[in-house]
Amino acid sequence: MTTQTAPAPNGSGQQASRAPRSHDAGPGNAVEARGIVKHFGATKALDGVDLTVRQGTVLGVLGPNGAGKTTLIRILSTLLKPDAGTAVVGGYDVLRQPRQLRRTIGLTGQYASVDELLSGSENLYLIGRLLDLPAKQAKARAAELLERFSLTEAAGRPAKTYSGGMRRRLDLAASMIGRPRVLYLDEPTTGLDPRTRNEVWEEVQRMVADGATVLLTTQYMEEAEQLATDLTVIDRGQVIANGSVDGLKQQVGGRTLQVRPSHPAELPAMAACLAERGISATVTDTGLLAVPITDDAQLTVVIGVLGGRGFGIAGIDTAVPSLDEVFLALTGRPTAPQTAEEAVR
Amino acid sequence: MSTATTVPGAEFADRRIGLTDHLRHIGALTRRNLMRIKADPESMFDALLMPIIFTLLFVYVFGGAISGTQGAYKQWLIPGLLGTTGMNLAMAVGTGLNADLKTGVMDRFRTLPIGRASVLIGKVVAEACRGLVAYTVLIAFSLVIGLQLKTGITGVLAAVALSLVFGMSLVWISMLLGLTLDNAQAVQGIGMLVLMPLQFGSSIFAPPSTMPGWLRAFTRYNPLSNLADACRHLINGGPVAHSVTMVLLWSVAITAVTAPLAVARFRKVT
Repeated sequence: MTTQTAPAPNGSGQQASRAPRSHDAGPGNAVEARGIVKHFGATKALDGVDLTVRQGTVLGVLGPNGAGKTTLIRILSTLLKPDAGTAVVGGYDVLRQPRQLRRTIGLTGQYASVDELLSGSENLYLIGRLLDLPAKQAKARAAELLERFSLTEAAGRPAKTYSGGMRRRLDLAASMIGRPRVLYLDEPTTGLDPRTRNEVWEEVQRMVADGATVLLTTQYMEEAEQLATDLTVIDRGQVIANGSVDGLKQQVGGRTLQVRPSHPAELPAMAACLAERGISATVTDTGLLAVPITDDAQLTVVIGVLGGRGFGIAGIDTAVPSLDEVFLALTGRPTAPQTAEEAVR
Repeated sequence: MSTATTVPGAEFADRRIGLTDHLRHIGALTRRNLMRIKADPESMFDALLMPIIFTLLFVYVFGGAISGTQGAYKQWLIPGLLGTTGMNLAMAVGTGLNADLKTGVMDRFRTLPIGRASVLIGKVVAEACRGLVAYTVLIAFSLVIGLQLKTGITGVLAAVALSLVFGMSLVWISMLLGLTLDNAQAVQGIGMLVLMPLQFGSSIFAPPSTMPGWLRAFTRYNPLSNLADACRHLINGGPVAHSVTMVLLWSVAITAVTAPLAVARFRKVT
């Protein structure tokens, strides 16, 4: 412990004093992967994947089960070696500088986990010590994160007694002990109920607000839309689309506003009234008025127009395109059937 | 919150992992394993209860029949059981590694800037601590039921040391099983399958002189016989040179063969 280098005040000069970058890391990119290939026996889990996460942004990697998302995360966190390709995270090469890279990243996922027999605070303390924090600081950091993730009350209980949401929050806290510059979240809300999912989303949004760079994998378009700035869509180990969330939304269609009229007979009149204002609307088989919208302001306009003309509205809802619809729009076919690929994710 | 603590960040990423770092990592991981034992006391049963149950069962049920008197049988059996305690501890290393692999805890460790061997060493050290308790309890219990330490405390300590040395060589086999098999139950099952015949086909429970020729041949080359004989002679007094040498040779041989395999497997899997 006497060899402990005195840590600089948090956040100061991280860019300036960082160790030499690899030459192939573009400035401003926290993660750069080029041509990543990974085979498991005869299965091609990843088949030449390129991916870039800009500093301080959230990249969503969207894809169905078995698309290769977790394999990609495992390669970028040094848990797996790629068969081909290069990847640089925070300026460090995954193959040549794994030790430095590990100091740069935090991983929360379906795989990296907490010790169920240990309490929440013991789990965090252990990781702090393994990240070379002095005992006192490790305790303080654990307490600080437990409070931040609303786990203070449960801090002394074994993690196996935690609910799904609490466990996921402890997992998030564990990955943040070392203030990682790049955070990987591998399907952070898969299997959670909607309320818990919202809790996790809020935490991720807070981390991003604090300046974290995040690489997030998900199966849900809604999650990507909530959290990500950029999107990379992968399917069967290949990138099939890439760009900003807004750009992709335009490509695949954004949200749809669904209006349930008080008097179904008025549906055609409602559509016509919106058409006058240049807003296209369609009447669905289920007796709803469906209006594609790209932002919240448009939603207000549509409701205002309908209300202003005296149409009765019984209910409104917005729907985000599902992963299936995204895939249909991008590839012209639905998501790949979940077969053997799933086993080797 | 960002000012509450400071964390060695990316600016220290290039720092090498020094000896004190390794020791701290091993310490933290050992502490974790000890806390796991504390949180799951049932895991102590194997190490604590089994030797005691065996002692009670064999001394009081079969002892008179085997040795003529229970007193004589205690002096025969208990040193042997003491010897195999190290073996039981070794098996726990494999099941523990297996559990860490399956639950994803190992993945978490592997994304941290620590040496991979620290995870393993932390397990071995924690098992050694568990062993301290196990040896103490077994010896105390034996004294209560009337075991005589004919060579005094030195003899017992020597027997414990030999048991630990032999146990260490089995850690590699335990590791191989833990890193290869599907789940902790399988590790335990296969371990039992191999250890049971070795234990009973040895001089631990009964003198081989009453066994049929083929079994006697087996017991003669069974390292557990050497281990039991060595511990018996260390505690009761008697010629120790041959049996102790054999145990040490076995330990070296087992380590020489299985350690490289286990290390290779460990590198591949983790």
